[in-house]
Amino acid sequence: MTSPDTDTAVPRTTDPGPTLVLPAEADGCPFDPPSAYRQAADHAPVTRTELWDGSSCWLVTGHQEVRAVLADQRFSADGRTPGFPFLTPGRRELANRTPAFIRMDDPEHARLRRMLTTEFLVKRVEDLRPALQRIVDDTLDRMVAGGGPADLVTEFALPIPSLAICLLLGVPYEDHEHFQRQSSILLDITAAEEQVAGAQRELRSYLAALTADKRRAPTDDILSRLAVREDLTTDEAASTALLLLVAGHETTANMTALSTLALLRNPAQAARLRSGPAEAKVAVEELLRYLTIVQLGLPRAATEDLELGGTLIRKGDGLLCMLSTANRDESVFPGGSDLDLDRDARRHLAFGFGVHQCLGQPLARAELQIALRTLFTRLPDLRLAVDEDQLSYRTTMVVHGVHSLPVAW
Amino acid sequence: MLVSVDQDRCCSAGQCVLTAPTVFDQSTEDGYVQLLQERPEPALAADVRLAAALCPGRAITVSESA
Repeated sequence: MTSPDTDTAVPRTTDPGPTLVLPAEADGCPFDPPSAYRQAADHAPVTRTELWDGSSCWLVTGHQEVRAVLADQRFSADGRTPGFPFLTPGRRELANRTPAFIRMDDPEHARLRRMLTTEFLVKRVEDLRPALQRIVDDTLDRMVAGGGPADLVTEFALPIPSLAICLLLGVPYEDHEHFQRQSSILLDITAAEEQVAGAQRELRSYLAALTADKRRAPTDDILSRLAVREDLTTDEAASTALLLLVAGHETTANMTALSTLALLRNPAQAARLRSGPAEAKVAVEELLRYLTIVQLGLPRAATEDLELGGTLIRKGDGLLCMLSTANRDESVFPGGSDLDLDRDARRHLAFGFGVHQCLGQPLARAELQIALRTLFTRLPDLRLAVDEDQLSYRTTMVVHGVHSLPVAW
Repeated sequence: MLVSVDQDRCCSAGQCVLTAPTVFDQSTEDGYVQLLQERPEPALAADVRLAAALCPGRAITVSESA
């Protein structure tokens, strides 16, 4: 464990509890965080844990404490900061390559992020709703035309955000099998270092070539607007595009499929989605909270000695901020272990917090609201086409979800 | 209630616009927060307080006494 800190004003937690080795194994209900994280959260909002390489790391589980870390830039998001925690050697490999701005601190982070902020404005995304509705309608038409049963993941949940981000970014959708395969490797924490490096190389060279094309012949899309900038290198543009492409389709796709499963299990709640667009907005916030698909914890490293929830964090200590347990924190969400689509869940941290909070969240919300409402309205008899115990879950992926979801209607 | 915003802290996540759209907007030029009214009516107070709490950059300050 840790050495005593009698020389400091801030005491460490007196009883640090049992050492948990990360990542904890998934168990129990697929919608709940692994029980080891819930036990840690019950014990204290900040607990000492251990990583694969024997190094120690703070597990931050409380809502207030997760917000405090993510809002404070003295906790670095840069993988090169001493003490930065990596869940596996593959994750470390990823951070060693040219990172995107999600793994940078200000001012470099702000410089790159601000190049994108007008792309995802709330009103800009509102203007996109008719186009998103068309994508959802067409995708559902194709799935229904197949007669069923169908895998909701590959036929509905994945095509919708992939089509949307391809359209916005300016990436040809016909390349989707290629980039989806590579991005699954990037998000699989069990992938070996060589695999991760290979997938990243593939995607980066694909996007760098596309960036060069856009620079020669710009079109009306994000990648073109990045490509023609004189203050951005091709490498930086490709890194940014890679982040948007991966974040843009994996998260919404898995939220759509896992939400569908949660609603099939709670048919009375699905009615809430059908009642109207305003109700669908409230429902999606609760699904974001309850499912919290970014399941492995957001990594940070302390760049100075800091106090957090009564615990002293030393410069060079690593931390993992568990959005999933923060979103079940009883002091903020009473009865939070239950899905309640009437709940006002807007204080959830499913998109993170602080300067790195999801930039595409207006788009993600619009996609989820439209996709789920359309699905459950048009297919009121939607049901699982297999026994639930045959489903397999994405327990070793950065983004939680279900690998496939056979449905009938 | 007096509201102020700090554009240097804004990260353009859009939480304020979703929560209190008659009080906050985003500039189409640069994406930064724009304050539409400094002294929102009491009926909007709860939404404005929530917008300040949700702001990931802590760019919104609400003064209750002013």
